[in-house]
Amino acid sequence: MSVTVRIPTPIRHYTEQQSEVVIEGKTVGEVLEGFKAQFPDAGARFFASGSKASRFINLYLNDEDIRFLKDLETPVNDKDTLSIILAIAGGRR
Amino acid sequence: MSFVTGLTCKECGQPYDAGKHFVCTTCFGPLEVAYDYAAIGRAVSPQEVMKRPANLWRYKELLPIDGQPVTGFQSGFTPLVKSSRLARALGVRELYLKDDTVNHPTLSYKERVVSVAITRALELGFRTIACASTGNLANSVSAHSARLGLPCFVFIPDSVEPAKIVGSGIYRPQIVCIKGNYDDVNRLCSEIGSEYGWGFVNVNLRPYYTEGAKTLGFEIAEQLGWRLPQHTVLPTAGGTLLPKVFKAYKELRTLGWVTGESKIYSAQAAGCAPVIQALHEGKSEIRPVKPNTIAHSIAIGNPADGPYVLDCVRKSGGWGDVATDEEILEAIQLLAETEGIFAEPAGGTTLAVCRKLIEQGRIPRDESVVVAITGNGYKATGSIVSRLNGNVHLSSSLRDFQEWYGGENRGQPLFSQEGASR
Repeated sequence: MSVTVRIPTPIRHYTEQQSEVVIEGKTVGEVLEGFKAQFPDAGARFFASGSKASRFINLYLNDEDIRFLKDLETPVNDKDTLSIILAIAGGRR
Repeated sequence: MSFVTGLTCKECGQPYDAGKHFVCTTCFGPLEVAYDYAAIGRAVSPQEVMKRPANLWRYKELLPIDGQPVTGFQSGFTPLVKSSRLARALGVRELYLKDDTVNHPTLSYKERVVSVAITRALELGFRTIACASTGNLANSVSAHSARLGLPCFVFIPDSVEPAKIVGSGIYRPQIVCIKGNYDDVNRLCSEIGSEYGWGFVNVNLRPYYTEGAKTLGFEIAEQLGWRLPQHTVLPTAGGTLLPKVFKAYKELRTLGWVTGESKIYSAQAAGCAPVIQALHEGKSEIRPVKPNTIAHSIAIGNPADGPYVLDCVRKSGGWGDVATDEEILEAIQLLAETEGIFAEPAGGTTLAVCRKLIEQGRIPRDESVVVAITGNGYKATGSIVSRLNGNVHLSSSLRDFQEWYGGENRGQPLFSQEGASR
């Protein structure tokens, strides 16, 4: 499945200023692994599982917080959008 | 002049200048304003503060602005109401209500954060103001922007109470109603926060905005004669207020203006209690929830600063609990009948939880308690109106009145026993 990953402004200096990239995967977790492989700096900082920093990032598959779905196990479909949202102003941690 | 030394990441400690930063670029943690307290202590004293106009800017050395304030000259310094009848009803010795239902101009605690955020926004060069809101914040942002002649965008859930939409619309902002709940609005605003050069008070101005909430704590201490209450009960929505009252008390201790501690308690509606759930389970991680409560103004299922609420509640030795919709409505009614104050459901939540904490023995009956009432009931009448009955409808003829009052009803109690005995 090809999933579009949307990248918020403050992360873009870790993603060569790209605002979105297309990543392959069957689950949210797989897409995230693909993202980390493509942008190791961003991956190491924000998505190392269990890291303190990761609580400032929220992930939405299309319009739903993945924690209301199956979290990293959530299956993805072709052309889904995975949005990385900063946990500010009513983010979550 | 400013006593701000910069911004510091609350998580990793990375320092930043006091510019347009709102998240740590190293770890994405939130940023906190740091001050030179020694210099503040030399520049101002409680005696000096007490000579100043009765608004939130009387503590300006402890607020993050460089120059002079631009708005909020009638905001803050709301009454701290000694509430004897309510104290008797709750069975506690010393009870005060911090009454932000009358905060100028839009009747909620939000005037505090907005006055500071908009003043700082202009200092940082923003010329358009925006916010994500459950209603009260939108009202305040709209009003303060209007009086400054600034373009304003407010993003609200499409389920907001009608009075709160009118309460923004009258100031002619661009209202953007978003399908969904506050968390959906917030998500969108987090995405567009820094895209258009707008000053989103609770997104890209958040480090400055949240500082305004400290003034509620400063005022409580000053109005008690530079003393902290033994217990402070506050509502929790996004988690701005409680950590900032904790910080305010700490700052006053650092300055030597007060001594002692106040245990701080968090109140949430049972239908939206992610912070209390984590508190009761002894966890530090907060799981988001889908809100389902009449307390719309605090219905934030995914609170940004929730973990800091937990930290502060635990550090202060306080606690927290939830109130059901029924308990919230009962508390609104009790507050009105005993003290003549009409709170919105957020205030009912806080009072209901205070009552519960007293009954549980968490708040001892012979100590001092302050309860913050952060929003006005006139904006949210929908949930309470069905409980109010007993109106009598008569013609304007004297005979009609006499027949009704002077007849078989004479001498009968017209008021509920519960209300009369309080």
